[in-house]
Amino acid sequence: MRLNVTVNSEHRTADDVWAGESLLYVLRERLGLPGSKNACEQGECGSCTVYLDGTPVCACLVAAGQAEGREVRTVEGLADGDALDPVQEAFVAAGAVQCGFCTPGLIVATHDLLRRVPRPSDEEIRESLAGNLCRCTGYEKILDAVRQAAARVNA
Amino acid sequence: MTGSATDRLATSDGVGTSPQRPDGALKARGEFAYSSDLWHEDMIWGATLRSPHPHARIRRVDITEALKLPGVYAVLTHADVPGTNLYGLEHADQPVLAVDVVRYQGEPVALVAADHPETARRALARITVDYTELPPLTDARAAVAGEGPELHAGGNVVRHVPIRHGDVEAVRDQADVVVTGDYEVGMQDQAFLGPESGLALPAEDGGVDLFVATQWLHVDQRQVATALGLPPEKVRLTLAGVGGAFGGREDLSMQVHACLLALYTGKPVKMVYNREESFFGHVHRHPATLHYEHGATREGRLVYVKAAIYLDGGAYASSTPAVVANAATLGVGPYDVPNVWIDCWGVYTNNPPCGAMRGFGAVQAGFAYESQMDRLAARLGMHPVDLRARNAMAEGGVLPTGQVVDSAAPVAELLRLVRQRPMPQAPGPDVDIRMMPGGVSNTTHGEGVVRGVGYAVGIKNICFSEGFDDYSTARLRLEVVGDEPSVMVHTAAAEVGQGLVTIEQQIVRTELGVQQVTIHPADTSVGNGGSSSASRQTYVTGGAVRAACEAVRSRVLTMAAARWDVPRGELSLQGGKIVAERDGVLGDLVDLLGIQVVEQTVEWRHRPTEPLDPVTGQGRAHVQYGFAAHRAVVDVDTELGLVRVVQLDCAQDVGRAMNPQAVLGQIHGGSAQGLGLAVMEEIQITDGKVRNPSFTDYLIPTILDMPPMNVDVLELADPHAPYGLRGVGEPPTISSTPAIVAAIRAATGLALTRTPVRPEHITGT
Repeated sequence: MRLNVTVNSEHRTADDVWAGESLLYVLRERLGLPGSKNACEQGECGSCTVYLDGTPVCACLVAAGQAEGREVRTVEGLADGDALDPVQEAFVAAGAVQCGFCTPGLIVATHDLLRRVPRPSDEEIRESLAGNLCRCTGYEKILDAVRQAAARVNA
Repeated sequence: MTGSATDRLATSDGVGTSPQRPDGALKARGEFAYSSDLWHEDMIWGATLRSPHPHARIRRVDITEALKLPGVYAVLTHADVPGTNLYGLEHADQPVLAVDVVRYQGEPVALVAADHPETARRALARITVDYTELPPLTDARAAVAGEGPELHAGGNVVRHVPIRHGDVEAVRDQADVVVTGDYEVGMQDQAFLGPESGLALPAEDGGVDLFVATQWLHVDQRQVATALGLPPEKVRLTLAGVGGAFGGREDLSMQVHACLLALYTGKPVKMVYNREESFFGHVHRHPATLHYEHGATREGRLVYVKAAIYLDGGAYASSTPAVVANAATLGVGPYDVPNVWIDCWGVYTNNPPCGAMRGFGAVQAGFAYESQMDRLAARLGMHPVDLRARNAMAEGGVLPTGQVVDSAAPVAELLRLVRQRPMPQAPGPDVDIRMMPGGVSNTTHGEGVVRGVGYAVGIKNICFSEGFDDYSTARLRLEVVGDEPSVMVHTAAAEVGQGLVTIEQQIVRTELGVQQVTIHPADTSVGNGGSSSASRQTYVTGGAVRAACEAVRSRVLTMAAARWDVPRGELSLQGGKIVAERDGVLGDLVDLLGIQVVEQTVEWRHRPTEPLDPVTGQGRAHVQYGFAAHRAVVDVDTELGLVRVVQLDCAQDVGRAMNPQAVLGQIHGGSAQGLGLAVMEEIQITDGKVRNPSFTDYLIPTILDMPPMNVDVLELADPHAPYGLRGVGEPPTISSTPAIVAAIRAATGLALTRTPVRPEHITGT
């Protein structure tokens, strides 16, 4: 099938999409956007988190066809040219990035959290990011990054 | 030259600082190329058919129907392996593709290459394999006893390491108190997030180029070349982005398979495991059963330790021999014990193969000896920290191998530091339920919840041991780029997330006073970098980079001495300048170099070790030791058996904090993996079959499971190591688990001899 989808404000078309493909597969393998990650492909790890019509979803759990005509924003669509988004900046500065495989999903999830709750408590941060697994950091520096990002966004 | 003038010339972001990672922004943008992100024009997909049985004879493999499927380019079996169909880290005992027998569930049997991953999956389903199931051997103690089928020629004991130190039988009656215990450690998974994956490109010279996520390019190259029947120079590996490792990428996964398919089809082949396949695609932490007997005086002085340790290596050897040596030599922990008798076995079974995971044998022993120390403290009526401090090893202490610990061993100090941390507040009436056991499941507001505190300390050998020729290679190239002096660093050492690339830059800045440092992609066109394991890369590759800096500096200063007619010994490189002791700045490095390129390649080794005596287990087998201590505070819902770790504090000696932020990252992350082993992480096996190969059923800690951590970092230099540094990555994984289980025991009064602790162990239901 042919899939029409708006990704990071650009109209994109993918041809010969098999009906069983996920939005994650289409982004990564057909649209040249591998930033959304494939750590579990079953909705447990959050590494493929993207916005679908403004709502964060696991792209691995969205069938490609479900994205037809809709708007997707991926981690690649957060930075403003060379300038990182404040959430991206905070993750790098705080040392919240080690292997980095969880990072894109955590950044999108944090971006969404700070839109909804500009000054989250630690408990709110933990609850909001509980769907994003990280195996390297023990999450301490991720908490730091979210606190720093909140300070930058609210500055 | 005054001190202040030197300060103005100092290069920033050197050793001891925490500059941002060179790959940090790319990773945050989603533009860093991991091994599963690779793409090539005309690329096809590889997939693996795996055994559904833990032990079976293969009577026949029929690929006819798979080959008929449109879009399929190749279907390969063992008959298509052109070289030696056996590989392995220490013993080549594992087939690339099974021949006539499968020894574990998930063993690769056949390969497919197809135009789409789904076509490949459908082709796999069309391959017919006739199996005759055989009874699986699944009990490590039975394997030691010689029971069950022989799984490999030569028997099922991969290695037995005895430690005979002092005379346990002669001193037994000097012990006023004896405690014994039987302990069990479940099979833990590395659960790195980036799945096994890579891209193999057939080359015009008949060789292959492989882009892959691994921990050790050269050991992969050796094994792949042997399996393909190619000379090593025709198997060229480049490190793709690595999404975590933790030991799970030491062994081969898809490396040979992708290369085979690429060579047979003449097309680029990409292979990516999904999470379920990943659980079958790499080795795990050895599950263990351990029997311990500790004898002590009534004052709490250890008289002897006797132990028997059984490590289940699963179907193939992997790194089992080295894991056995670690569990044995570190088997009494960081304590002075004058009389030790340990037997440690690693065996073949039909369980999943086990090999390297962070902590590597020291984790299993650590759970048992620290549980014993708590049991002994309780028997003696002593505080668990006081008992540990009374027996704590210090510099100059002797291990059960007879090896003298010849650098700092601040075991008592680390325990003191975690003990003196302020305690977290007890949960009050206004407690946030997210911080209670059960969390947002809203299972308790404090009813049935009890608190406990536990302590533990651990020891880990750093670098490779037992006489292994452990070295790394660094190539440095200094030249002027865009009017700035610039250094390119080229090694084959794998950046797996730990921050080696940042450390390499820092070392060059400190040694050569050059700010601009670029990191060449790691590949096999430069010499061996050794493994990113055993907490060794900053030590060994860091040592190689420093040595290469010295070689480059020597050449530059020779040039400068000739140019300015100053003795070379009076010159140094600082802030991009040539500086003389008496005359200050002589000139710019840029001007001295002009169009010249200064390039040096250096191999660097740490001091040698020696093998263990096979009868007594004596020998200077290890290079360096790392120590960490934890205090855990837990709340336990005794009605539901749910645990929340409230606070987890750590103290560790790192010799020199090369990058303080990265040091904390290792301590936090290692502690989290220890928490996972304490309360949730286990690959559950029944009759050799894995029951939970997914992140739905194999749980790793989330941000809600991890408590706040306070960390004390000591920097007691090891005079034998570059910059005095001590490997950081593994020690915090060792003491975290026993501290948490001790806290659960303290809260509940239960004996809890098995980790991970499950709810039913607490509720008794």
